[in-house]
Amino acid sequence: MHKTPLLDQLESGPWPSFITDLKRVAGRKKAAADLLGVLERSYKDKITHWKHGGIVGVLGYGSGIIGRYIDIPDEFPGVEHFHTVRVNQPSGWFYTTAALRELCDIWDKHGSSILNVHGSTGDMIFLGTTTDQLEPCFAALTAKGWDLGGSGSAMRTPSCCVGQARCEWACYDTMDLCYQTTQNFQFEMHRPSFPYKFKVKCSGCPNDCVAAIARADMSVIGVWKDDIRIDQAAVKAYAGGEIKPAGGGTIYKKLDIKADVTDLCPTICMSYEGGKLSIDNKNCNHCMHCINMMPQALRIGTETGATLLLGSHAPILEGAQMSWVIVPFMAMEAPYDEFTELIGNIHEWWSENGKNRERTGELMLRLGMRAFFEGVGLPPVPQTIRTPRANPFFFWHAEDFEAEAAGRKYIK
Amino acid sequence: MADRITDIGPPKFDKFLPPIIKDNYGKWKYHDILEPGVLMHVSESGAKIFSVRGGSGRLVTTDFIKDVCDLADKFCDGYLRFTSRNNIEFLLTDQGKIAGLKDACAKMGIPIGGTGHSVTSIVHTQGWVHCHTPAIDASGIVKAVMDDLFEYFGSHKLPAQVRIALACCLNMCGAVHCSDIAILGIHRTPPKVDHERLRHLCEIPTTIASCPTGAIRPHPDKSIKSVVINDDRCMYCGNCYTMCPALPVFDSVKGGVALLVGGKVSNSKSAPMFSKLAVPYLPNNPPRWPEVVAAVRKILIKYAEGANKFERVGEWVTRIGWEKFFEVCEIPFTFQHIDEYRWAYDTYRTSMHFKF
Repeated sequence: MHKTPLLDQLESGPWPSFITDLKRVAGRKKAAADLLGVLERSYKDKITHWKHGGIVGVLGYGSGIIGRYIDIPDEFPGVEHFHTVRVNQPSGWFYTTAALRELCDIWDKHGSSILNVHGSTGDMIFLGTTTDQLEPCFAALTAKGWDLGGSGSAMRTPSCCVGQARCEWACYDTMDLCYQTTQNFQFEMHRPSFPYKFKVKCSGCPNDCVAAIARADMSVIGVWKDDIRIDQAAVKAYAGGEIKPAGGGTIYKKLDIKADVTDLCPTICMSYEGGKLSIDNKNCNHCMHCINMMPQALRIGTETGATLLLGSHAPILEGAQMSWVIVPFMAMEAPYDEFTELIGNIHEWWSENGKNRERTGELMLRLGMRAFFEGVGLPPVPQTIRTPRANPFFFWHAEDFEAEAAGRKYIK
Repeated sequence: MADRITDIGPPKFDKFLPPIIKDNYGKWKYHDILEPGVLMHVSESGAKIFSVRGGSGRLVTTDFIKDVCDLADKFCDGYLRFTSRNNIEFLLTDQGKIAGLKDACAKMGIPIGGTGHSVTSIVHTQGWVHCHTPAIDASGIVKAVMDDLFEYFGSHKLPAQVRIALACCLNMCGAVHCSDIAILGIHRTPPKVDHERLRHLCEIPTTIASCPTGAIRPHPDKSIKSVVINDDRCMYCGNCYTMCPALPVFDSVKGGVALLVGGKVSNSKSAPMFSKLAVPYLPNNPPRWPEVVAAVRKILIKYAEGANKFERVGEWVTRIGWEKFFEVCEIPFTFQHIDEYRWAYDTYRTSMHFKF
């Protein structure tokens, strides 16, 4: 075992210590012992000692494995190769202990026994193995019904919130959409053939627990079209302090319905008078605040589905983007043909027009929303913008004149 | 090879769902947070499921996962899940078992919390444990910050939830750009070209093509098979180092940490917001990064003192104005704070609505 005086200082304190945890397996795993050694070196040198991977993988796949090597293999031979295996997580990250033990046994046999539960995209990340173990590890995983996730310029592993499995706010079945989409795009996940990565995240409501709007090229966010359901007796109970605000997850003991709910409504479409809550649902923008405050009194509507938004990514290259609305409402019922077809159209348009390492959102900015909408067959609708243009530089195409002559609003 | 299994995708989720979830799928009516870290969801049928949420380091071992499985076997009939912020959720049907589970978690060192208006687990990247372009470690800073903010994990004493995230370089695998408080590793100097190694190790055209800002060009002296970097165009992303190991972007002295604040993804009240630059540079100071820990705490405390009920960090800053944010948090305002990238104009003040 290497001496790790710097890392040892991370063993104190109340938060769980990853150093203490790593030390548990360092006795039986040379890779874990040497990982601690090289990490200690990084803490001393203040630089990383990892090199980018080169091409490693399992037969027939171009993704799912991230190659990683160390720059000082003579000192830390146990992590000379330290490749990552991305294991596609089950929807909603539900497991049985039998399934988790099975995965642990595979990783104890074929890797470092170190893992991330889970990685940023959603996969379970097996952290650190050697090239010769990749194929046996993959065989052991698939034999038990598991498969690899995406990496590189491919469809990435879709992920979703807990959805209807355990949340009253889920406007569609996020876990099923995530599963079916993952199955529908296995080829695109495992054989990178896109200009860059393409991520899909499914959140059940506008609270967006998987941060779909910030980190998915295709963000699917649940929404309802009809009226918020109100239990007036429960509203009174909140007003009287019998029920704590926000499910009790707050320091505030009692809800002031006017100050805390109706006055904070962003569209001012609610009022509370004479002990009765009224909502002008036609003017509600589904922000969730009132529902978040009074989960026992207010429920999402019953005409539910999802909004599709496209384009978000982290800052590389044009600066961070959030996804913007492209389809205000889709019913989102199995088998999700309309959704699958639209993703296929987007992939096609992007593959034809995108430059290397250009995300869908960046391509849309470069070519314009009109080119995108026409390319994938979507109509212009006002929900897709915050405001119309303020400049006079708009142009007319021959198709516009034809549509005008035919008495139509736009070309389709 | 004939029987090789491929492209099967993940197991279908329903085989991992406890019976109570199968029976009440899509029928949940409301939830309640019984105490920090303990959720109760109630179905239209009256059925109740209890979720006990525990913090985890994200970077874990199979030993740890097997210990967690032992707890889930003992208290949860073998059912559990993980959250989008790397917390463990033990799923129980028997409310009477919650106290025993909490005791067992305490013995194992698993803190209970992360619900409601708390600081829940920090989502983060790999850092020095596994990444080739980080400016900083990830797990170590997260551990140091969470040790310091521990009281906020197992309580509901903030005005609203506070989501902290860490990314170890500006590529932001952790997508920290919409977090209440984002901790970001930054390089501050362009890669140093090792001409001798580059000649042997790197393909010059792919190295040039890897640069998102076009800052790399062939060496003007044709006898030197290497490249030169236009320092003014480099934004320190490390993409060239991915292609060419002879272009290390690290600087053990100048690299460090920036803090961005005020982002959110929820649509509640206000629209989702990006995090904005608050502190441009803090030193990279392992093993416990005291400057980062102190700066994060200070922002959190000032927010907790100044925010209205249910106001997120970004909503608080928007209301008081950024000039007041810098004043309240005693953060010096610098040239680095003023945007000069693609959509800089959107960030300039085009009104008289400011405060002295």
